[in-house]
Amino acid sequence: MEESTPRFLDCGETALSVEFGDSVDPAINARVLTLDARLRAAPPQGLRETTPTYRALLLRYEPLEISRDALIAAVDALLAPGGIEEKPSRSALRWTIPCCYDPAFAEDIDVAAALLGRPAPSLAQLHAGADYRVYMYGFAPGWCYLGGLPQALAIPRRASPRGPTPQGAVLIGGALALIAANPMPTGWYVVGRTPERMFAPRRDPPFLAAPGEAVRFEPIDAETFLALDARAAAGETVARRDAPR
Amino acid sequence: MSARLLVEAAGPGVTLQDVGRFGLSRYGVTPAGPMDLGAYLAATRAAGADSAIEASLGGAALRAEGATLGVAVAGGDFDIRLDGIPLPSACLVALAPGARLTLRAGASGAWCYVAVGGKLDLAKTLGSLATHARSGLGPKPLGAGDALTIIDAAAPPPEPLALIAPWLARDDAPIRLLLGPQADYFARDEIERFLNARWRIGARSDRMAYRLEGPTIRHARGHDIVSDGVAMGAIQIPGDGAPLALLADRQPTGGYPKIATVIGADLGRLAQLRPGGGLSFRAVSWDEAVAARRDYFAAIEAGAKREPLRAAISAESLLAENLVGGVVSALSDQTESSDR
Repeated sequence: MEESTPRFLDCGETALSVEFGDSVDPAINARVLTLDARLRAAPPQGLRETTPTYRALLLRYEPLEISRDALIAAVDALLAPGGIEEKPSRSALRWTIPCCYDPAFAEDIDVAAALLGRPAPSLAQLHAGADYRVYMYGFAPGWCYLGGLPQALAIPRRASPRGPTPQGAVLIGGALALIAANPMPTGWYVVGRTPERMFAPRRDPPFLAAPGEAVRFEPIDAETFLALDARAAAGETVARRDAPR
Repeated sequence: MSARLLVEAAGPGVTLQDVGRFGLSRYGVTPAGPMDLGAYLAATRAAGADSAIEASLGGAALRAEGATLGVAVAGGDFDIRLDGIPLPSACLVALAPGARLTLRAGASGAWCYVAVGGKLDLAKTLGSLATHARSGLGPKPLGAGDALTIIDAAAPPPEPLALIAPWLARDDAPIRLLLGPQADYFARDEIERFLNARWRIGARSDRMAYRLEGPTIRHARGHDIVSDGVAMGAIQIPGDGAPLALLADRQPTGGYPKIATVIGADLGRLAQLRPGGGLSFRAVSWDEAVAARRDYFAAIEAGAKREPLRAAISAESLLAENLVGGVVSALSDQTESSDR
């Protein structure tokens, strides 16, 4: 597929959205994350911050230091064939995140399984068997949106939100998976729970996985969940970080 | 005894803010920071502070303890009093131990900043002191009984000063904005309707968003977009067609079309409107927005002009001369009797 030029959309005079498409699509997200990595490796003077999302990269900039046209030219240069080589990034990293699918922790797994017309253990098996990629964070600190949910687990979101999610809720909604940090109401379904903290403000680094990194879920039983949760509460990282294969 | 600023009373929505928690939007972190950056900078630069208390319409009462503090106030036309004696709405004064500074909603304005010269003895969270109440980052909203410890307290001004900061002047000129990023989700006549309408700030407005009451703005092709990043001042049109101006405590990403974005030079003017307050918009070009930004920040860089209170108050004819004399002598008495 030939790659089209992105659209450049003003978000006021201090932000510019570089939009690669209007759908949730791994190829579009990969282009967002590639531009993000290249801009972070060699940021133009005046670029303040980049925010990658599913299909666009938001550039916050100081227009008294760099004009909109100069910023667009810098982006075009990075996207051109033969543009600056992408530096090896963390994007190759893979996280194995423990996840408990026991209904005592996976509060909505039975409801979701019924809606999907398959037994809960089959839902868990499919969910844990898939390869995910961190598409973006959003909504609240540490809310980590994942692409790669098996088609068989795509599920319409609730018409009205459920109550606050438990800490570390692993959710599905639409064609996406999500790991939640702090408790918030949501229209998604809680199909598992991880003892890992996706966000711990006093840990270094405070956020576990970066956009572009790969994620798998490793099923654990309730007893293991409680043991790992106690270790995670004490500040330990209980997810496994593997080098690229 | 260490220098402290005691919160004796605080209405809802009194928080501590610095310029904001930047660099972590990629992890879902909201920047927070002041609603009116220009007013925040007027206060913090006058006081020599790295953060400020942001008070809302519920007001606040503050008292110094342990040392005389240099305190600057700016933002909105609030009713500011030192031991009951009226001060200009932007000022730099010495707050002696025991003296009480009160802020109450005045003729206009929604946010008022109180900055103390020195450094707050508070640990930053993710690089910032800014409170974002929804995600629990930064200090909790301030309430009666809270105290802020000041280290390296700056010398208070020898006499009370009015701060003349032209960029805080409020007028009824339309709030300027740039169309986009999703103006193409609206037909031309709906954009015209949005630009020509007279809007009112809705009652359920807060640091996250101001609701705009007026005509319904209809989408040309659906109201769901795949979530993308949200800039400060973005005007989002959700499914019900009632616009929301997304401000300091906004979520970093959102899934509704954003018809336009308020320019930086006018964000403070928008933020200082109260529920019920009226406004209109005017679309400008990127060049106009940047020219306005250049002027706005050049004025802030030049700093507020400081005028002795007596002259300032006389000039504004706010008070009879004998009362002004009382203010000045009361203030200098407290300064001299402080135990620094």
